[in-house]
Amino acid sequence: MSSSELLVQARSLQRDFVVRRRAGRLRRTRHVVSAVAGVDLDIHAGEAVGYIGANGAGKSTTIKMLTGILVPTAGTVRTCGLDPVRERRNLARQVGVVFGQRSGLWWDLPLVESFRVLAALHRLPSHTWAPRFDELVERLELTSFLATPVRQLSLGQRMRGEVAAALLHRPRLLVLDEPTVGLDVLSKERLRAFLREERAERATTLLLTTHDMGDIQRLCERVLVVDHGAIAYDGTLPGLVARVGAERVLVVDLAEPVAPLGGITHTQLVGVEGGGLRQRLSFSPDLTTAAQVLAAVSQRADVRDLAVEEPDVEEVVRRLYAASGR
Amino acid sequence: MRPLPALAVAGFRRWSAYRMATVAGALTNSVFGLLRAAITVAAVGAAGGVIAGYSAREVATYSWLTQALMTVMVLGIWDELAVRVRTGDIAVDLARPVDLQLSWLAADLGRAAFVLLPRGLPPLAVGALTTGLALAPSAWSYLLGALSVLLGVVISFAIRFAVNLSAFWLMDVRGALTLHMVVSGVLSGFIVPVAWFPPWLGTLASATPFPSMLQTPVDVLSGRVTGAAAAQVVALQALWAVATLGVGRLVLARATRRLVVQGG
Amino acid sequence: MADLPPAWAPYTALLGSRLHAQTAYRAGFVMDLFANVGIGLLEFVEIYVILTHTSTLGAMSASGALLVFALANIGFSLADLAVGHVDNLPTYLRAGTLDTFLLRPLPALAQLVTSDVALKRLGRTGVALIVLAVATPTAVAHWTPAKVVLLALTPVTGAAIFSALFVMAAAMQFWLVDGGELANSFTYGGSYAASYPASVLHLPLRVLFTFVVPAAFTAYLPALLLVEQPGPAGLPSWLGWLTPLVAVLAWGIALLVWRAGMRRYTGAGG
Repeated sequence: MSSSELLVQARSLQRDFVVRRRAGRLRRTRHVVSAVAGVDLDIHAGEAVGYIGANGAGKSTTIKMLTGILVPTAGTVRTCGLDPVRERRNLARQVGVVFGQRSGLWWDLPLVESFRVLAALHRLPSHTWAPRFDELVERLELTSFLATPVRQLSLGQRMRGEVAAALLHRPRLLVLDEPTVGLDVLSKERLRAFLREERAERATTLLLTTHDMGDIQRLCERVLVVDHGAIAYDGTLPGLVARVGAERVLVVDLAEPVAPLGGITHTQLVGVEGGGLRQRLSFSPDLTTAAQVLAAVSQRADVRDLAVEEPDVEEVVRRLYAASGR
Repeated sequence: MRPLPALAVAGFRRWSAYRMATVAGALTNSVFGLLRAAITVAAVGAAGGVIAGYSAREVATYSWLTQALMTVMVLGIWDELAVRVRTGDIAVDLARPVDLQLSWLAADLGRAAFVLLPRGLPPLAVGALTTGLALAPSAWSYLLGALSVLLGVVISFAIRFAVNLSAFWLMDVRGALTLHMVVSGVLSGFIVPVAWFPPWLGTLASATPFPSMLQTPVDVLSGRVTGAAAAQVVALQALWAVATLGVGRLVLARATRRLVVQGG
Repeated sequence: MADLPPAWAPYTALLGSRLHAQTAYRAGFVMDLFANVGIGLLEFVEIYVILTHTSTLGAMSASGALLVFALANIGFSLADLAVGHVDNLPTYLRAGTLDTFLLRPLPALAQLVTSDVALKRLGRTGVALIVLAVATPTAVAHWTPAKVVLLALTPVTGAAIFSALFVMAAAMQFWLVDGGELANSFTYGGSYAASYPASVLHLPLRVLFTFVVPAAFTAYLPALLLVEQPGPAGLPSWLGWLTPLVAVLAWGIALLVWRAGMRRYTGAGG
């Protein structure tokens, strides 16, 4: 990994904002707030990084500095080897960005028109963008609503359109800000499956912020947690879960109803459904493993199916913040 | 507090939040006042000193007073109610236990009360310093003038209310709103004094409530009409206020029936 | 990369998409067009009523004053058509549209300008063109090639100057949050001042709307040359020949102000 190219390199990255508050009837006081305070960040080509943290922890500000929308107050950042603000337009050719709450599409035109305009914006000759467009349409299943004006699309349809739009110019780095927020389970899963395929095929580097642990679990091998503008954790998801002592839950579907599976070492029975057909056991990953728990269960019942549930992002972040004394 | 005064206070508060906008607006009103006074004064000069009873000083005063009152009377486009109709939020308003028209009127009077001084005084002050103002001589004119401004706001609101309600029938109200802006801008005497109109336009204007909305308050405050004549034009304003509010209620009744029958 | 699309391809695509979107709602477009005819008439009523009472205005004949009015309105409505929507910058900022622009490989201002083209403004241009057609034969006596060029050029330079004012006014809104109405003094105020002979203004205002806000260059000064009249104090009529230069200068300043505004927005400056 360390031998591959650095796509994002940030050193002591800082961004301050001046906030004016009303103090009394006419007076206003100025406060300087650091939204990002000393972030060091290396992302290598081909990595998939999940960037999580509470609201207001500095995620969006960091992304804006990486993509050239905001100038850092202090520190340095290079994205794809470029100075993001000064070489913004060159950078735009190599980066695709989707902000979940904003649209990069033309709301009053049929979806397909947005791709034509974007291809022209990036000055892509038709023989390079047309095959890419066909590929994205097929893999994101856009065909049925290509002729629909963007404002009439459902959120899930629009988001697939946004992701396709961000990938049309084959960027090396894809930045997704809350890509799955508000989507139903099926839409989320479809988008994640597509992103996995895209990464497998083109080794696109991925940086995403999310509130959904499922996104991280399915897409990212590396997690960054930001807290009050600084990186509070950088490592794998299981490592993060172990560090905060958050518990995973093993869900087992059994062949026939069995008495509650209490008393298995290092586990706690947290749910019994269907008269004992489905049971849920929580365990701490640093005390035991899913395999050990499954082995113990298998001695007492015939397991037909199983799933491991991860703790949710808010919970993990809360615990991490608590552990660092916030 | 009783509901209608409470709504008026809320309307006042909402507008007082836009402090910067108020300063910017007062400056803009004053710049336009300077230009309008210069143009009309030059016209009077070129015509030999008087046009339809307006001397240079009087027409300058007219320019400053209309400029001072234009925000109060909303001579631009106002679509707040139309937006609520289009989004369906109007149903929430209709469900409230207060009369829809009167509650919006109360809020509009609150708005007008807030913009009156900050948007009105700067142009008048600039006018007093540059061209001088020819204002009414007696206190009675100002008392009557205050009442006349109030009635002007009511008429302005009543017409805007009815025009906005056309959103119940029209897919796109921008055309109707712009038409209203153009017609009220001309016929209210905002662009040039009604007395300057060619006869056909003057006759047309006098058949509408628009002169009662702006020209009448300006005439009373500047002392162009005084005494019994002033009382008479203000009485006419009151009639127009009642008539325009009445038309608004009729439109509202039809609109509500449509809403109930068709479910929006 | 011999077949790379030309440098202007992005802009033709953006403008094409805007034209497409407008023609998609034809009924709404026709209504907007008529509404803009109404706005053009609203502007016209004032000078029309004034000219029913006097045969001269600001030392110009009625037809000369109408020529000024027409030229100013053509220039302004064309500028409004092309870039008037930059007024909405605060809305664009709130909706994050400007961030989206910054993520694309084109200058943000070029994208903002091409993000709309309000063809409905042609309604106002139409009213002004009719006034021009009526006023010009009476106002201009001796035609020379230079006058023909000047008459053809004035709407273009006027539109350029008003466009620069729109961009400057928009850029000011990076600093003046909620202060958009002040910016209107420059754009709409400039257009209003430009519609009348600058000789009606007192000297300070005349200087302001000639050398600070270059409104007099959009119509009055070229019109003086067309009707062969000397200008009032401070405004010799030969200034009219400088109009193209003033347009270039205005755009230079507008771009500097815009750049400073963008630097403020991205947090690089001040």
